[in-house]
Amino acid sequence: MKNENVIEVENLTKAFGAFKAVNAISFEVKKGEIFGFLGANGAGKTTAIKMLIGISHPSSGKAKVVDYDVYTQPEAIKRNIGYMSQRFALYDDLTVQENINFFGGIYGLSRKVIREKSKNLLVELGMHEISSKLVGSLPLGWKQKLSFSVALLHEPKIVFLDEPTGGVDPITRRQFWEMIYKAADQGTTIFVTTHYMDEAEYCDRVSIMVEGKIEALDTPKNLKQQFKVTSMNEVFLKLARNIE
Amino acid sequence: MKRFIGFIRKEFYHIFRDRRSLFILFGMPIAQILLFGFAITNEINNVNIAIQDHSKDASTLEIINKISNSKYFSIKQIISREAEIESIFQKGKIKAVLNFEKDFGRNLIKEKSAKIQIITDATDPNTANSITNYINAILQNYQLEKNKSIQIDYQIIPQTRMVYNQELKSVFMFVPGVMTIILMLVSAMMTSISITREKELGTMEILLVSPLKPFQVIIGKVVPYIFLSIINAAVIVLLSIFIFKMPVEGSLFLLGAESVLFIITSLALGILISTISDTQQSAMMISLMGLMLPVILLSGFIFPISSMPAPLQVISNIIPAKWFIIIIKGIMLKGVGLAFVWKETLILIGMTVFFIAVSVKKYKIRLE
Repeated sequence: MKNENVIEVENLTKAFGAFKAVNAISFEVKKGEIFGFLGANGAGKTTAIKMLIGISHPSSGKAKVVDYDVYTQPEAIKRNIGYMSQRFALYDDLTVQENINFFGGIYGLSRKVIREKSKNLLVELGMHEISSKLVGSLPLGWKQKLSFSVALLHEPKIVFLDEPTGGVDPITRRQFWEMIYKAADQGTTIFVTTHYMDEAEYCDRVSIMVEGKIEALDTPKNLKQQFKVTSMNEVFLKLARNIE
Repeated sequence: MKRFIGFIRKEFYHIFRDRRSLFILFGMPIAQILLFGFAITNEINNVNIAIQDHSKDASTLEIINKISNSKYFSIKQIISREAEIESIFQKGKIKAVLNFEKDFGRNLIKEKSAKIQIITDATDPNTANSITNYINAILQNYQLEKNKSIQIDYQIIPQTRMVYNQELKSVFMFVPGVMTIILMLVSAMMTSISITREKELGTMEILLVSPLKPFQVIIGKVVPYIFLSIINAAVIVLLSIFIFKMPVEGSLFLLGAESVLFIITSLALGILISTISDTQQSAMMISLMGLMLPVILLSGFIFPISSMPAPLQVISNIIPAKWFIIIIKGIMLKGVGLAFVWKETLILIGMTVFFIAVSVKKYKIRLE
């Protein structure tokens, strides 16, 4: 079971005119894996994610997400994935509970299911006492955790996290990664992009994108050996420098 | 369907929790209609005038009485020296001065002609013009009465009738215009702002990744505004009927249906604006500059289209508000039915379809 692939990408390309934002990338992600998707700004990470989550059409290549084809079954993909962007987009003028109800509702969860799930979720996050507070009044770290929990509400098979820890302090980041581990333990696949190289060390496997191509893909340990360095930070810098 | 209801509930939360948008939605229509109805008017009423009477005889007295008895003028000052005219105009309260020549009454009888000078403050040319016309009319009337006993060879008696607005109430003209502006503003501006807000916050991305289809997201965003706009239209019509005694000669049902059509046209325009702007600010600027000004200036709301220069007359055709104003004026004042406004109705429908088609196309490009 552990070897089952939930994402299979082959020569996936997105071209804007002559410019190839994503240039024939190929990789697989296994079920329950924490897959780090790294790259400098403008390397094509966001474009690649948009194709995988079904809001952008690839120019060529193949991609399957949770057994569904990105060309023909984007709707099925959307039902089976969760997504959290770098802005932890929740509605500031809605309360914690209303946000949960709304996002549960658009994924088609019944009122009863939402009620049960949100009760557990709020207790787990320690937010049950502030469930009727507006999200806008919460600190950033809390919004981030809530946003992640909301993305998991409909029990997606894969969660895509696009720079989920931007602007958050190290302690909250650490707590957030504990939440990620927990979700992965329960069998949810985590597909995460980040700028923080210490976070890259937490991933099972890491791919590094440079100028539209995947230049490296392995476990953090193997990558460090391959490049004969001691941290992911150095791996990243070496790769980026070689290309220049 | 259940997802959809949840979406609409969320949209109402947004609206009711934002005081600014609540004010725009409900405060503005009422404020505007009262403002236009009471304060802003083209009519002449109780205009302050001054009299300089060099003659002081029976006939000048008669004319002065006639003028002061009309509800249009009130005589505020009697002046004796020419030099005073300049200074009272500068103070700005007096809008016109009537100057009777010396021996007015005697000249009238002996010479069969006497002179009266009407001096108006033309800093506001429209008012000055109206004042002159009103005074002329009063003088004409005086002459006719005097000449009753005398046999004249022939005489033209014009019989004027102002149809559809007998009393020439300007509120009759403003109500359709204000209604148009409000519906346009609420529908187009508010929806484009609320859609771009989701883009700005990044929640639009989340919605697009959810199983909701893009068109469901958009419809979910506009449905609440359709409701609110209909309420607004109803409030405006009720205010104008009960406060300003504006008639609704035609069918209320047709008026309602046409209003809904125009609301949808405006919403389509709002969606179009939201596809070309990424921030709330730019959406607001485009709505204000691109919609409000043309609606006020070129729709025939305040300035008659027929007296515009030809190029502007052509441009006025692409403004949806122009057609809607023609429709509601027809229904409210003339009592016409669909048979008379089908052309305008078709134009509005055509515009709506066009706006939606362009939005869909723009939206698709975005997704590519």
